[in-house]
Amino acid sequence: MSSIVERVTDIVVDKLGVEEDQVTLEASFTEHLNADSLDLVELIMAFEEEFSDTDVQVEITDEDAEKILTVGDAVEFLKNAGVKE
Amino acid sequence: MFQIDLSGKNALVYGVANHRSIAWSIAKILSDAGARIGLVYQNDRLREPVEQLSSELNDALLFECDVTDDDQLVALHKDISSQMGSLSIVVHSIAFADRNDLGGDFSNTGRDGFRMALEVSAFSLLPVTKYASELMTDGGSIIAMTFLASERVFPGYNVMGTAKAALENSVRQLSAEYGPRNIRINAISAGPVDTLSSRVISGYRDMKKFHEERSPLGRSITLEDVAGTALYLATDLSSGVTGAVLPVDAGYSIMGI
Repeated sequence: MSSIVERVTDIVVDKLGVEEDQVTLEASFTEHLNADSLDLVELIMAFEEEFSDTDVQVEITDEDAEKILTVGDAVEFLKNAGVKE
Repeated sequence: MFQIDLSGKNALVYGVANHRSIAWSIAKILSDAGARIGLVYQNDRLREPVEQLSSELNDALLFECDVTDDDQLVALHKDISSQMGSLSIVVHSIAFADRNDLGGDFSNTGRDGFRMALEVSAFSLLPVTKYASELMTDGGSIIAMTFLASERVFPGYNVMGTAKAALENSVRQLSAEYGPRNIRINAISAGPVDTLSSRVISGYRDMKKFHEERSPLGRSITLEDVAGTALYLATDLSSGVTGAVLPVDAGYSIMGI
């Protein structure tokens, strides 16, 4: 099983069409990775889908989503939500 | 044994954005039933994802068309006429409102925001029906997507509720107009489904939670729920049904409390 960072990176590369080396923990979705508001919704839904399983149901509310600005924020959120490496 | 068979029929599906789109779930089930699918996407931004999805269908065609542009609608139907010939089924799964108008106070909806929401989400059914009807040589079925906010208040849904009310009224008027040509027009009023569009609505999570807690079936709605009803509306199984707004809402709308 890949790490959370790797799985998040794969999703970001796939959804935003960016290169893997652009996806650093510090990278901001809107500022560095050219995400528009719909892209952000897509990313949030893709994270929920990828990281939810029988043990953990990942739900990212609008309030949560507003705080997820960078790739690192997303990884941190998922760890706090109970996703295991 | 009874069989659903749409082979030899052509279906035009508007409004696929990704694999969670209601339009996509309907396109798939119509394709599985044998129909040839034309997918209409709004603009260049959606081309790649829709193109990728279309490869999962059997021999699907892709068309780009922004329904707010009459020239594009005319060109689209020329293309359909030459590439598909006739049409039997149209799925109108299109809605738009500015994100700022999908939350906060309804009275703050701007003039342009109001106009845009109504034009894209309700008015568009008129030209979509009119042009498609010219290719529906042997009757047809047109399916629109609506929501209970057309008649009840869902805070956050705001101007989209106004648009859905206009859409449902348009479904009835168009049904009366096109009934003599055996073109049936119905709407599916789906409960909360996780899609790109629904997730943008502030208050969506509450809608979903209330459906899960209050509806007779005790759950929200899946893409498969909606697709199944769309298949019924697309086939002769529903040959006597037109102008209807069918709830696919786990029964939520019947409850008083």
